[in-house]
Amino acid sequence: MKSLTTRLAVGIAAALLVSSMAFAQTLRWARSGDSLTLDPHAQNEGPTHTLAHQIYEPLLHRDMAGQITPALATSWKALDDNPNVWRFQLRKGVTFHDGATMTADDVVYSFERAMKPTSAMKELLTSVKEIRKVDDYTVDFETNGPNPLLINNLTNLFVMDSDWAEKNGASNPQDVAAGETTFASQNTNGTGAFMLVSRTPDQKTVLKANPNYWGKGEFPLQVSEIIYTPIQSAATRVAALLSGEVDFIQDVPVQDLKRVSGQSGLKVVTAAQNRVIFFGMNVGDSDIESDNVSGKNPFADIRVRKAMNMAINRDAIKKVVMREQASPTNVIMPPFVNGWNQQLDAVPANDVATAKKMMQEAGYSDGFSVTLNCPNDRYINDEAICQAAVGMLGQIGIKVNLDAKPKAQHFPLIKNKTTDFYMLGWGVPTFDSHYIFNFLVHTTTENRGSWNGTRYSNPALDTKIVALESETDLDKRNGIIADIWRQVQADQIYLPIHNQVLNWGMKDNVQFDVQPEDQPHFKYLTFN
Amino acid sequence: MNGERGAWQRFLASDFFYDFKRSPVTLVSFVIVVTLILLAILADLVAPTNPFDPASLNLMNGFTPPMEPNAFTGETFLFGTDDQGRDLLSAIIYGLRVSLFVGLTAVILAMVLGVSLGLLAGYRGGWIDSLIMRIADIQMTFPSILIAVLIFGVARGLLPPDLRDELAISVLIIAIGLSEWVPFARTVRGTTMVEKEKEYVQAARLIGLGSGQIMLRHILPNVLSPVLVIATITLALAIIAEATLSFLGVGAPPTEPSLGTLIRIGQDFLFSGEWWILLFPSVTLLALALSVNLLGDWLRDTLNPRLK
Amino acid sequence: MLFIIARRLLQAFVVLLLVALVAFTIFRFIGDPVESLLGQEATVADRQALIDRMGLNDPIPVQYLRFVGNAIRGDFGISYRTAEPVSALIAERLPATLELAFVSALFAIALGTLLGIYTAIFRHGFTAHAIMSSSLIGVSLPTFLIGVLLIWLFAVELGWLPSFGRGETVQIGFWSTGFLTASGLKSLILPAITLGLYQMTLIMRLVRAEMLEILRQDFIRFARARGLPERMVYFGHALKNTMVPVITVAGLQLGAIIAFAIITETVFQWPGVGLMFINAVFFVDIPVMSAYLLLVGTVFVVINLIVDLLYLVIDPRLRDGQLKRQTV
Repeated sequence: MKSLTTRLAVGIAAALLVSSMAFAQTLRWARSGDSLTLDPHAQNEGPTHTLAHQIYEPLLHRDMAGQITPALATSWKALDDNPNVWRFQLRKGVTFHDGATMTADDVVYSFERAMKPTSAMKELLTSVKEIRKVDDYTVDFETNGPNPLLINNLTNLFVMDSDWAEKNGASNPQDVAAGETTFASQNTNGTGAFMLVSRTPDQKTVLKANPNYWGKGEFPLQVSEIIYTPIQSAATRVAALLSGEVDFIQDVPVQDLKRVSGQSGLKVVTAAQNRVIFFGMNVGDSDIESDNVSGKNPFADIRVRKAMNMAINRDAIKKVVMREQASPTNVIMPPFVNGWNQQLDAVPANDVATAKKMMQEAGYSDGFSVTLNCPNDRYINDEAICQAAVGMLGQIGIKVNLDAKPKAQHFPLIKNKTTDFYMLGWGVPTFDSHYIFNFLVHTTTENRGSWNGTRYSNPALDTKIVALESETDLDKRNGIIADIWRQVQADQIYLPIHNQVLNWGMKDNVQFDVQPEDQPHFKYLTFN
Repeated sequence: MNGERGAWQRFLASDFFYDFKRSPVTLVSFVIVVTLILLAILADLVAPTNPFDPASLNLMNGFTPPMEPNAFTGETFLFGTDDQGRDLLSAIIYGLRVSLFVGLTAVILAMVLGVSLGLLAGYRGGWIDSLIMRIADIQMTFPSILIAVLIFGVARGLLPPDLRDELAISVLIIAIGLSEWVPFARTVRGTTMVEKEKEYVQAARLIGLGSGQIMLRHILPNVLSPVLVIATITLALAIIAEATLSFLGVGAPPTEPSLGTLIRIGQDFLFSGEWWILLFPSVTLLALALSVNLLGDWLRDTLNPRLK
Repeated sequence: MLFIIARRLLQAFVVLLLVALVAFTIFRFIGDPVESLLGQEATVADRQALIDRMGLNDPIPVQYLRFVGNAIRGDFGISYRTAEPVSALIAERLPATLELAFVSALFAIALGTLLGIYTAIFRHGFTAHAIMSSSLIGVSLPTFLIGVLLIWLFAVELGWLPSFGRGETVQIGFWSTGFLTASGLKSLILPAITLGLYQMTLIMRLVRAEMLEILRQDFIRFARARGLPERMVYFGHALKNTMVPVITVAGLQLGAIIAFAIITETVFQWPGVGLMFINAVFFVDIPVMSAYLLLVGTVFVVINLIVDLLYLVIDPRLRDGQLKRQTV
């Protein structure tokens, strides 16, 4: 009996191997931007993680459906006798690309590296007190208090080979701010399904399938080689897909969806993205620089904010600017996130007459003028959305000057609090409201509220946000989340617009689901 | 009155006008340029709507094809609408105004600068000449587009954010103007050096006319025809440069688009079937730049008869 | 003669120093280098340490001299964006731009000369008129639009040529070349046409004008009178005399081509220094911006110098007089 199962298993494995060999193919992949570094802990940024996910692996990651799935860990649970400790069982028989075996030492080493001062991932591990090796394949994470949602934070924390990093002088994450390059920022040694062959930043990165990957038989693994080319210009990128020079692009402009899906041999796969787009206003200061009202801040008046929220015609933005590729919302939270409900999401009526009346009540019957800062290379049609908003706010007398800039110049305005009215998009990698509150609602302090450009500060809410971190009773925790949302919605500190929709364009023979975080894992891709 | 008529009749009888009449291409170009300039000047009266007033736009009108009613609003537009629901015809007329204003002002700036420096260098000679011509050399070291991007980048860095949009057009004019003065200066300097040795200038100097007067009254008229030729060609260059800078994202803002900005927006819709958003502004720009270039060509050939 | 050469070299040197001054000013005063490098969480002590390390407290002239010294040694600092040495970035990307510029220049000179000769000889013919007029269309459309239209027609609709990038490249030492592979050569066609079109028009018009000028001169009349066949007159005599200004102008235009590559490289995602520069502008990557400026400045000054010296060699009349240069 035993021998039969073994034989069957071998047979199936062989069949899988043969089938995957038969379909082994090169995938030419393009998107607008490139990864910023190969060091897995030096940048907390989407495209950088995307490349890293092919080469390195975290303990657990979100699969193509966005569900948490085991990767280098096979199981995990909080200890019964100590809720402050999470125990991870590691996968056995995993080797790095250079042949070294992955053990608990590498995991402990990698997480300690990710908590060093030059790491960009350290914020995700602020609740972690210590990481301990129990045995070669068991690791304990001790947190400062019970953290029921710790695993949500670990999906982009990659494991490196400790010996390799030490030997090559890469024990610290690359210090990007100090303009440093390290061995690990230009070379890789992960456990992932793909190995780095060559890379020229901003031009071309070539990966090939890892012949010793642990997941053989578990994943399709039909891609034998990946050629990744960043193409900034949207028209050029679409042209490359239309002319068959690339097989897969991650960002089809909405206006070209019909053209791509209409072309024989190509298709578009669409799914909701875990990212919400909204405007923020400076509600906290008593006077602002960028308006024409002296001695007052019109945004500080809740009636003005409510009027603005009513003046924005989200449906028109969806229909015309986004060509139906967006879902309008009234809350700065995508539906994937714990805390979301339909009531929060329901969009208010677009009512210019009432909005005008409210402006009048607030004492702005003649309106006012203000500058809107907007990125022009970050979100889908970001600048066009801003332009549309300029027109809509114009209808209630607010004269908006649009200042659209590349993201590299736009984001510092928010972080340095030098804008009073801005566009921002927010993805929620932990799929939990706390991530939104901690960055966007909490008063700006040393390690919280860093993206809260509204100057909103509500000590009562701050206390609740912090309390979420150690609340183990999930029902109670969800109650607090609902409480906080009630206040955020009542104060209207943001003007939510919509949740983005992802459109991946690919050849007909490519079978690939859209990942809600815009993170393709190519080991799942199949050809037919 | 008589004198004027005399001049006008002399003009009508001149070789210049004869040539002009005989060249149909030149005639057509001239008509196109004049029409476009008139449209730009009279934009407020001619254009069906004011595309620079965002509050008057209805986003639902967006992407309406030419002469077809919009699916939501039922409105019809001769040239269709762009992605923001702007009437494209009005946007082109107003954009023409921005482009022509930037182009003409930049050329005037370049011309005033170039002619003054060229006169000065040619007339004075010596170290002033050397200095000006070396600066011209350095200037030539950097092509105009690069200078414009740099000036724009520097201005962006130095200006307070709320002034940037308002000053975007001025920065554009200065950037293009400053990068195109050298050909004027070179030509004027060359002619001045020849003219100042001629007898009538020597005579004027003898009767005690100041150098300023000599330069303005006696030398300047002699350099006018080459300057006119260069100015025409530079105008076409400036209009194209404005469009290019807008493409690179350092030009006119999308809320008050120039022809270049309209083309930049339109090229996003080249593959998607909304051809009119790219086609109409491009054709307008082409008609304008081509006509100006053709006029420049003809001027050069006419004023320099050896090349005929 | 030697004196003139020495004076020209000195002038070139002064020009280069001035270019370096502009680059230095941008590097030092546009944006705060300390702020860019440290980010906002930095402490006052961090700032002070960095200011000392970068020598930002030294007198400005000292900083300038250090900047020039570093530049001469090929040290342009570290890119704020990729954290790599700027010199390495440039070295990696320069071959792409130079190869594109070379092919564009070749295209512009070859086709420009041919069409120039044709339009001069048959200057009253219909075809010549058509060529002259349609050449104006080329200069009356912005480069980026021509590039996008070429991509649309030849890559998307016809599918004949690639729409982006360099195709396969072969690494020879530090130089990566696209000349040795079929895809590399195919990838060059559209960008080279886009970039060279404007220069082609200029050269065509210059050749035509020079030819017309020369055909009117006495020695050509004599040649005709002697009964030389027309072809001999045109190509043996006229063209030979046309080539000197054409070559010098073409030389000068090579510099312009490198600078205009900014636009072409943006449209075609060509991985050269132009694309690097425009990205640097968007990312406010000051060291890359100032290094690019210095690079382009140097290329232009060197080309100017060579052209001037060539004049001396070609035209002996200039040896004892003023240097005069024809520009378009």
